[in-house]
Amino acid sequence: MEKILLKNIDKPDSQDIETYISGGGYKALEKALSMKPEDIIAEVKKSKLIGRGGAGFPTGLKWEFTRKEKGEPKYVVCNADEGEPGTFKDRVILNKDPHLLLESIIICGYAVGAEKGFIYIRGEYFEEINTLKKAIEQAKAKKMLGENILGSDFSFDIQIFKGAGAYVCGEETSLFESMGGGRATSREKPPFPTQFGVYGKPTVINNVETLSNVPSIILNGGDWYSQIGSPDSPGPKLFCLSGHVNKPGVYELPLGTSLKELVETYGGGVKGRFKAVLPGGVSSSFLDTLDVKLDYKSVMEAGSMLGSAAVIIMNSDTDMVNVCKNIMEFFAHESCGHCVPCREGTRRAREIFALFANGEGKAEYLDTLLDLKDTMYDTSRCGLGQAALNAGASAVKLFRDEFTKRIKK
Amino acid sequence: MEKMVTLTINGEQVTVPEGTTIMDAAKKAYINIPHLCFLEGLQAEGACRVCVVEVEGEPRLVPSCMREVHEGMKVYTHSERVRKARRMIVELLLANHPTDCFTCERNQICELLKLAYELGIDKIRFDAKKPQYELDETSPAVIRNPNKCVLCGRCIRVCHDVQTVRVIGFINRGSDTKVATYLEKGLGNVPCTNCGQCIHACPVGAIKEKSYVDEVWAAIADPEKHVVVQEAPAIRAALGEELGLPPGTLVAGKMHAALRRLGFDMVFDTNFAADLTIMEEGSELVGRITGKIKKPLPQFTSCSPGWIKFMEHFYPDLMDHVSSCKSPQQMFGPLAKTYYAEKAGIDPAKIVSVSIMPCTAKKYEAQRPEMNDSGFRDVDYVLTTRELARMIKEAGIDFANLPDEPAEPLMGVYTGAGTIFGATGGVMEAALRTAYKLVTGKELEKIDIEPVRGMDGVKTATVDVNGLEVKVAVAHGLGNARKLLDEVREGKSPYHFIEIMACPGGCIGGGGQPISFDMPLRKMRCDVLYKEDKQLPYRRSHENPSIKKLYEDYLKEPLSEKSHHLLHTEYTRREIGG
Repeated sequence: MEKILLKNIDKPDSQDIETYISGGGYKALEKALSMKPEDIIAEVKKSKLIGRGGAGFPTGLKWEFTRKEKGEPKYVVCNADEGEPGTFKDRVILNKDPHLLLESIIICGYAVGAEKGFIYIRGEYFEEINTLKKAIEQAKAKKMLGENILGSDFSFDIQIFKGAGAYVCGEETSLFESMGGGRATSREKPPFPTQFGVYGKPTVINNVETLSNVPSIILNGGDWYSQIGSPDSPGPKLFCLSGHVNKPGVYELPLGTSLKELVETYGGGVKGRFKAVLPGGVSSSFLDTLDVKLDYKSVMEAGSMLGSAAVIIMNSDTDMVNVCKNIMEFFAHESCGHCVPCREGTRRAREIFALFANGEGKAEYLDTLLDLKDTMYDTSRCGLGQAALNAGASAVKLFRDEFTKRIKK
Repeated sequence: MEKMVTLTINGEQVTVPEGTTIMDAAKKAYINIPHLCFLEGLQAEGACRVCVVEVEGEPRLVPSCMREVHEGMKVYTHSERVRKARRMIVELLLANHPTDCFTCERNQICELLKLAYELGIDKIRFDAKKPQYELDETSPAVIRNPNKCVLCGRCIRVCHDVQTVRVIGFINRGSDTKVATYLEKGLGNVPCTNCGQCIHACPVGAIKEKSYVDEVWAAIADPEKHVVVQEAPAIRAALGEELGLPPGTLVAGKMHAALRRLGFDMVFDTNFAADLTIMEEGSELVGRITGKIKKPLPQFTSCSPGWIKFMEHFYPDLMDHVSSCKSPQQMFGPLAKTYYAEKAGIDPAKIVSVSIMPCTAKKYEAQRPEMNDSGFRDVDYVLTTRELARMIKEAGIDFANLPDEPAEPLMGVYTGAGTIFGATGGVMEAALRTAYKLVTGKELEKIDIEPVRGMDGVKTATVDVNGLEVKVAVAHGLGNARKLLDEVREGKSPYHFIEIMACPGGCIGGGGQPISFDMPLRKMRCDVLYKEDKQLPYRRSHENPSIKKLYEDYLKEPLSEKSHHLLHTEYTRREIGG
């Protein structure tokens, strides 16, 4: 497949605006500015693009909702707070092709009727922040950004907002709270960001990768895009392959590619004997097979979720109890602490996994964990708590004897 | 017209206005959805998730305190899925909660304990490590125990949204989250007003008053000590609630009788001092209006020590507007150790002066360094209504069947004007009754000043005093007070006299009252006082025979030199930073 998202990254000076323009960059913006905003949204809807950040919401709908909101001003926020363990895909775009992202954000702003966009970027992405800053300056100098973009009536500005290290800020409502100067805790939804987003205003919030699909959709049309890969959720996807594979890395493949193909053809095969995979990072459930197609629906039907497509492979040497303990330490540390099921649930699950890891488990804890997972999924306020025990509970189900072996006699 | 929405709750059809929450709509289907972090009168937070319900078509349960209804919604409030989740959530809370319920302040009235019982939780499946935080005992009024805290945030919401004091907030993250003050300095070292509304908001025993019950018992037991006691107006409107009597019962007589039986040597009444406050404060107001006193208008009342500390921190520029009168408690204090001591021939060094207050801020007020004009600590110990109730219970006094007894007349006779001090607007009404007389020489005919009564946050009235339109305003709750204060600060205030009470409802809603944040109950307590006002032989402070005697025998006249020495005070400019 011809690359769409990573097509520029191997070019020398790929970050430079001249390189980007010479490869056809900012043509989509030019075209978009000649279109009606409603028609842009229609193309994005037609493309069937859905969000790549994890939740998988249709992007065109999100834009449409925001455009139709009465509140002013409206904002575009690009979620570049890439924090899911095992996820390192947005970083490639941020670092190697910043103008692809800027062009996308500007088109989005034009489509929804915003004059200001923010890139909320993970604070540890020092290099990427500098790259973006430089790219913004270049874009302004070329009139791609700022007042009267490309001589049109449309003016748009982009500001970089650095995160301070909390994983939960990748969750959109916590991100808004953080931008507003508050504690990074989630908000109740509804109201949704399209109604009540950053600074309480209608906001489109899209992941870096999601947005980066937009220029090709504008140039080639939504119908073209919708033919790529899986019919339910078409388009290319960046897969972050890590764990026990020979060639870990970021791979751009159409959605619907099989996990086996990703691992064997691209990842050089499993190191050792395959045992388990987390197809969507530590927030997803374990699968014990490679025989699954990597699109949102197929992975869900297999009992997990594609999430941000952080595919983590584990071989037969892996101690699942320790993996669970490790994952729960992460979530207990990153829970914002606002709602009871997440705050108390992650803490208790962490304790229980630690007991098993020390050979001090109790048989009844295993059922308690499964009940706890149900409640956390059902009642936690945001995705963090809803998904925090997915991996742990699935490990208990798939690898129960590894846990029963660690029960205190 | 209001748009109506029809939905079904457990199959029962209900129609409610658009914007109603599921929790409120459920009441129409005769369901009170269990909850913890939700408290009527505060903004919903959706933190505890106890109130979750199932909504058909939604992937997850939703918090009924926050989710608004929509047309055709199908809600199930106690399906198996809901019940399982609620139990697990409360189990999680219990797993992290101390189990010292026997010795807990909230032994009989803990919302968490009640939930655990009502949801049928019969075991806790987690062997959890319990938190080990240090207590915040920096305040002379309010103690916080973070180990008992369930992080519902109700205290924070009342402090921020109702009182606008904002001295507590969440710090840290995840399971390290806790409620704390700025830089963990402690409540005693930040601009806390000691109002104690956080105590009413707390569902468990994480916040309580600093108790002086043992010190008072010790004084009573000491034969060398002569223990005198005063009780604020609001006590008689609420004490019965703690002792088995229905809300809305006036217990003035039983209160005096119980105090005697507890062993206090001399039972007086703060209502007497409230009448005295009116004489002084009313005279000051007349002085300011006539220009004899060179201080600005509007004059603010000064009886609420929570308000005073709030003013000292947040509005020190308005200090000259505040009446120089001490609060009734602190007028009573020095008189007990001078006037009463002389009359009774008792060495004031042997007098222990105890006050029963609806208020936690009074504990702070009594300890202010300047409150020693008698040559001694003017008031030695301040007990809340709740602490008095506990003493009465500990002594086994059959409160409900006690005879009604009056306080000792020397400093115990009071008028209706004194008793309504406990209700928001009461000081204003009492002051107007006397100020009218001071200015016109005639009695105010229409003695019930209805516009300043009731639970509206800010109330205003205009009274014709000899042709002068005296404009007055009343605020209760510090958030409401800000509205009037900001007007004064901007030079736009049209008022001559402003009453401010720190607590919603006035003293009857004070931080020391029986635990409740229920505003209709507070209104009921106000009504008790207005009813007593109507029944008393005197309804104007200047008619009080014991007050007349006090001026004749001792003080001479309002604002006299002696009055100034014993009954008036000065304020302190305080930082906001703590």
